[in-house]
Amino acid sequence: MDREKRVSRRISRGDFLKAMGAAGVAGSTLSVLACQPNTTAKSSGGGGGAEEKKLNLYNWADYVAKSTIPNFEKQTGIKVTQDFFSSNEELLAKLQAGGTGYDVIVPSDYMVSIMIKSDVLEPLDMSKIPNFKNVGKDFKGLPYDPDNKYSVPYQWGTTGILYNKKELGKLEPSWEPMWDSAYKGKIGMLNDPRETPGAALYKLGYSVNTTDQEQLDEAEAQLKKQKPLLRGYFDSTQNRPSVINGDLLLGHVFSGDAFLAMASNEGLDYLIPKPGATRWTDNMAIPKGAEHPDNAHKFINYILGAKTGAALSNYTYYNTPNEAALPMIDDALKKLPGYTLDSSVFKRLQVIEDVGKATRKYADLFTAVKSS
Amino acid sequence: MGKGRHGWSLGLAGLLSPVTIWLGLFFLVPLLFILAYSFGKSGVYGGITLGFYPGNYLKVFNPLYLDIIVRTLVIALTNTLLCLLLGYPLAYFIAFKGGRRKHILILLIMIPFWTSLLLRAYAWVVILGGNGIANRTLQFLHITDHPLDLIFTPQAVTMGMVYSYLPFMILPLYAALEKFDRRLKEAAQDLGASRWHTFWRVTFPLSMPGVIAGSILVFIPSAGEFVIPNLLGGARTVMVGNLIQQQFLEARDWAFGSALAVMLAVLLVGAIMFYVRKVGAEKLEGV
Repeated sequence: MDREKRVSRRISRGDFLKAMGAAGVAGSTLSVLACQPNTTAKSSGGGGGAEEKKLNLYNWADYVAKSTIPNFEKQTGIKVTQDFFSSNEELLAKLQAGGTGYDVIVPSDYMVSIMIKSDVLEPLDMSKIPNFKNVGKDFKGLPYDPDNKYSVPYQWGTTGILYNKKELGKLEPSWEPMWDSAYKGKIGMLNDPRETPGAALYKLGYSVNTTDQEQLDEAEAQLKKQKPLLRGYFDSTQNRPSVINGDLLLGHVFSGDAFLAMASNEGLDYLIPKPGATRWTDNMAIPKGAEHPDNAHKFINYILGAKTGAALSNYTYYNTPNEAALPMIDDALKKLPGYTLDSSVFKRLQVIEDVGKATRKYADLFTAVKSS
Repeated sequence: MGKGRHGWSLGLAGLLSPVTIWLGLFFLVPLLFILAYSFGKSGVYGGITLGFYPGNYLKVFNPLYLDIIVRTLVIALTNTLLCLLLGYPLAYFIAFKGGRRKHILILLIMIPFWTSLLLRAYAWVVILGGNGIANRTLQFLHITDHPLDLIFTPQAVTMGMVYSYLPFMILPLYAALEKFDRRLKEAAQDLGASRWHTFWRVTFPLSMPGVIAGSILVFIPSAGEFVIPNLLGGARTVMVGNLIQQQFLEARDWAFGSALAVMLAVLLVGAIMFYVRKVGAEKLEGV
């Protein structure tokens, strides 16, 4: 019961994105860069003295359990201030503008590698993060930060299809339904220049990180073919309610949104398409110039604790990279299709990587599709 | 005498300096930044190297982007015309027939401004959704037997834009019509002009300042719109505003994003100058 209540009361990433959008309506695109966090903590002591008891966390909206921060404050006496971002790109732009005052940030995989290359992250001191031992081996040393020098995993998930099983029956795990003219006007794709071109690339059997122009052209043709069948391009958090209320039969979503929808609607199902789909990992890192690095390490270590990790996933419905937390994950959550993955499914998942200059090819491709 | 005048202008300078500093710091300086950025070179991971790279502007003429710019201007123009067509009769009615309720009627038009555009856009998503009030009403009245696709269509975008910008048109029109000397109308009719003739030859020309001001107030923000196409149109249409946002964030091409922003500004200033010159600048006096 109280899960349902919680589900409906959640504030989504997407809603937050919209709020940011509204803030931008009035004016210039540069406002993105001009925003300052609402905390401008200055360390009181100069040099080697103990840090003041403060921590500034910059996170996705609604991405900690209700108990996460209060428990940390109780245990350590460190006061946490949390601000929110709505996209990795926004997070990067803000760090590049400098002087953010944040101590812990939560970038996704490909963004970690961009941030390492842009030299905006502080190396981690693993001796202060003993709980790193709890992280499962599939989540250590991932390609974007091979030695976990700058980042440790926070939560992970997949990107797949949430659909109305009651109307469509059980579907085979494939991308074909998203191109099926029988569902015209009832399909929602993600408004994301990597995930949606990625879906076309997966469908064609290519790598989600290809920079080969011919493969990208093929993907563009696929998406142009798909566009007339679509209701539109949305955030994952918009596709979720649309599938629930029947506006959409199929929605391209992040797994956590699918599980939230399924927890309160038996007629819905989630599939991870063959031959490929995205697996993503969000990570904790410390930006260069953080004023409370000791507190930041304490916080990161706390999150990687078994109990904290379990509470986090039991709230967000995303997967935990924390092996020690697994036994404490709610059974109801574990039973959802696509939450616990067997190795054959896990193997077909790909990780979106930074493609450097080709990022603009993807942006142009997606623009061309949307304006076709 | 001279001393007095001197003192007066010092006082005026004192009064004007806060606004000058404010506009200089928060309007002019960012604008110059964008101008400088538009000639810079983007790093692969965002950031910018200043210099002189006019290539950013050449890129604007890529058919992909040019198409989006043209479409944006068409959408903004359509929106302006629709607002004028819908707003003029309403402003006319309130100004001439509103009587004692004038102020209340104008207040009613302004009330939506008190809530955020975002909330109002979301309200439309709820109203027009498959299970929304509009569809349920249509089904209840047996006009349709299944939910119609009302939301996430080009029509929903048009409707949302008219809804959002209509007050910007009505208020200046009302201001112009409200000041209108009714005796001129009586005089025209006494001299034998028909009602229609009176409107076209007397009332409408004299309300031109309101038409111009309203059109500009609607056209400029419409051309920069990027929230409504996403929220009500399901992101199936790309406007320049969306493109600029994408260049700054996802594509991390600040230089090209700035060049687009400058181009848009130049186009808008050009369009407004052309418009004002066409309908006559002297009519703007008295706005």
